[in-house]
Amino acid sequence: MIRWRNAALTASLLALGLSACATTSTPPKSATAAKPAEKVEAKPLPKGLDGQASTGFPSTYKPFPSRPTAFVGATVLTATGQQIEKGVVIASGGKIVAVGGPDTPIPADVVKVDATGKWITPGIIDVHSHLGVYPSPGVQARSDGNEATDPNTAQVWAEHSVWPQDPGFNRARAGGVTTLQILPGSANLFGGRSVTLKNVPSLTTQGMKFPDAPYGLKMACGENPKRVYGSKGRSPSTAMGNVYGYRKAWIEAADYARRWDDYRAKVQKGEKADAPKRDLQLETLAGVLKGDILVQNHCYRADEEATMIDIAKEFGYKVTAFHHAIESYKIAPLLAKEGVCSATWASWTGFKMESFDGIDANAALIWKAGACVVIHSDDPIITQRLNQEAAIAMTAGNKLGLGVTRAEAIKWITANSAKMIGIGDKTGSLEPGKAADIVVWSRDPFSVYAQAEKVYIDGALIYDRHDARFQPKSDFELGQPGQGAFN
Amino acid sequence: MIRSLLLASAACALALPAAAETVAIVNARIEPVSSAAIPAGTLVIKDGKIAAVGANVAVPAGARVVDAKGGVVTPGLVAAASNLGASEVSGVRETRDDGTGNALSAAFDIAYAINPASTFIPLARDGGITSSAVTPVLSGIGGGASEHADDGVVEEMTAGKVGSGDPPLFGGQAAFIRLKAGAPDIVEASKLAVAVSLGESGARAVGGSRGADLVLIRSALEDARAFAARRAAYEQGATRDFGLSRLDLQALVPVVQGKTPLLIRVSRAADIRQALKLAADEKIRVILEGVEEGWMVAPEIAKAGVPVIVDPQADLPESFEALGARLDNAARLHAAGVTVAINGARDFNNLRQERLNAGLAVANGLPYAAGLAAVTLVPARIWGQDGKIGSLDVGKVADVVVWNGDPLETTSWPLNVFVGGVEQPKDSRQTQLRDRYAKSDDSGYPPAYR
Repeated sequence: MIRWRNAALTASLLALGLSACATTSTPPKSATAAKPAEKVEAKPLPKGLDGQASTGFPSTYKPFPSRPTAFVGATVLTATGQQIEKGVVIASGGKIVAVGGPDTPIPADVVKVDATGKWITPGIIDVHSHLGVYPSPGVQARSDGNEATDPNTAQVWAEHSVWPQDPGFNRARAGGVTTLQILPGSANLFGGRSVTLKNVPSLTTQGMKFPDAPYGLKMACGENPKRVYGSKGRSPSTAMGNVYGYRKAWIEAADYARRWDDYRAKVQKGEKADAPKRDLQLETLAGVLKGDILVQNHCYRADEEATMIDIAKEFGYKVTAFHHAIESYKIAPLLAKEGVCSATWASWTGFKMESFDGIDANAALIWKAGACVVIHSDDPIITQRLNQEAAIAMTAGNKLGLGVTRAEAIKWITANSAKMIGIGDKTGSLEPGKAADIVVWSRDPFSVYAQAEKVYIDGALIYDRHDARFQPKSDFELGQPGQGAFN
Repeated sequence: MIRSLLLASAACALALPAAAETVAIVNARIEPVSSAAIPAGTLVIKDGKIAAVGANVAVPAGARVVDAKGGVVTPGLVAAASNLGASEVSGVRETRDDGTGNALSAAFDIAYAINPASTFIPLARDGGITSSAVTPVLSGIGGGASEHADDGVVEEMTAGKVGSGDPPLFGGQAAFIRLKAGAPDIVEASKLAVAVSLGESGARAVGGSRGADLVLIRSALEDARAFAARRAAYEQGATRDFGLSRLDLQALVPVVQGKTPLLIRVSRAADIRQALKLAADEKIRVILEGVEEGWMVAPEIAKAGVPVIVDPQADLPESFEALGARLDNAARLHAAGVTVAINGARDFNNLRQERLNAGLAVANGLPYAAGLAAVTLVPARIWGQDGKIGSLDVGKVADVVVWNGDPLETTSWPLNVFVGGVEQPKDSRQTQLRDRYAKSDDSGYPPAYR
């Protein structure tokens, strides 16, 4: 996982720096003789006390069986800006190996899927999902999305709340969703770690975890934290209380990171050092400061987004994305300059004060300004039709004459989404070397009538609208009315 | 006083629509809904009504010609159930008038709460909607899907005195509005139905069980009958005690007389059967809303002649009463002969979703014509408005929409919207926000000056 890889990288850079230091300033022999530094055997900390050494909850995901396959004849939206007519997409070993026009050579030994008249896109990625943590049925006993007991719960991890049997995963898969970022809720300033999942049926969350995906930290601006805690007579109860809460936490996190850095530096030098006590809350926040964990920030209002960008600058981290960024159209040039993504719905508006200025053209205006835009769901219904959400957002732009093409708009639910959750090098577009996460649509996916017919993850068929063998059911659905069938 | 002044100035700020005129919409695919589509035709509006529809209709002298350029003309869409005009910002309690506290039950009348200056009325029109049933929710417990899990923070921000006691048994009376810009009163009809919930939310309203809910509903209807029969005695205090107040009993009298339907929100197949039995036993008219497991009892619903209002997106086992929810519920109900209306999203001010919901139902097996009827003529009929609106028939009121393509498709939008023959303004608060920020400006002044 990137987190561990980066940690290792940091450690090795640290080691390099130290050895360079050692070669340039070798202490004179006399000094060593005079007072040897307290050399101790660098003993590894007991298991669980060193965040960098922790094995965490590693992914056990294994791609399902697949065969080399060539999809022939479809209109292909690559999510790299191309729309290819009568295209060819070839997958092998779980990866895309070729994408091109009708004259793309097809090896003799691959399975050919005739997709004439169909459309092919990368698998849909929902960057804002609560599947598993707020599953169906929505009963109190399974309401595991918000650890609403303290405004800072950076220490909790969404993956420990995911119920892999949530029937919602099956519905989302039938809508072409192959990857999801599952987030904690927005009751808290710091909600906890997100987890990125492959949308495969699995008995365990580890079996769904997207290998090497970075973690995200859910943060929340605005009305929710101050309402939740203000109503309990606690801070924050105001927007300024929110900002104090963030800054206070980052100060503590920076201090914690420094203490560990000092400790590791001493250990590297072979000096005696006491390890700081591991703190899961500060460890996650420090992970953000180190750049290993991506900030996924629920933030509706343009002015609050600008404040959050300033806080990030004050403490030297980066906001990767604003979610529910309903007002990003107001400050799109700033977001483009700062390189912050905006994830938004297409047409929800006015359901709370901070969403009162929501407009359909939000995504298109952000796109026009050259900033990164993503269409997300935050909803187990919308996640099933992110293609239509993108279509509504695209249409709002075209109503304004912006000329948003399908080749561009498809990125809002695939390539940009992947980039936004740190897996843009692995999936999100149809390019050689990327994961063969593929959806075959019955027709133009931007049409209300489109159905995802076949869905592949890492080259393996995981859903087929016309083959009951590839329509998995959750354990919960067995023996229930409808037996888990929904279309 | 301040409120009325504000309303007046808001009305002035928006462009008022032109007066009724003679309009000929030409070069259009016309979907009258009541009859087969006309692939290329003309529709004439005169004196606020539809004067002519057909393939070979002449443009009257002096008529303003609207060239549809091959687009589609439909009746204005009808929202089958909404909170439009009765709720502005669902998370702001002060702006919610779509439910009552425990002071009233059946007598709550949403018609008094309609605000014609709601900023979401122009937005609904932008989705092709020209009229809407406005239906109350049970306070404190939702009624439609009135809770938003915004990142899982459940907002129980329904109207009325939430938390001030048990929610009432009945949600109150529904109204019907027409989305005429600038009109001082947009309420077309009121006291059209009395809303009630069966199943989980109905049970919650009465302390926890469906058993209590149905007993109390039946008892209330019995009381209303007795009240109607012995009105004079009641006024003299010479009847037994009734479970509901005088106002609530009065509101139920047209229900027990079969004049006004009960709008029953219900999900589970067994509860739908109870609703049908209630209607048969009490000889009352009912409309069913929700009916996620309706497909399982579709022939029974059809046999009872009961219309339904469905949300075709509902395919999750979201609760223990909707475990059988399916995307093809509307298609299966229709195939069994049930009259099906399709709803938009009650929440998020997203009635624009209604036409796309019809498209979704079509994508899942509902015939196209039934999909279009489900958002026009069927809801008009359910709410008793089909004598005036709901289809493009000569003599009907000219609530008409010209679309640049298939009205059920994501990539289409309304080009012209007529209500009562008057073309409606295209702008809304949302388009004004959009246009302010879509402009680039190097004046050195902030957007507030644009």
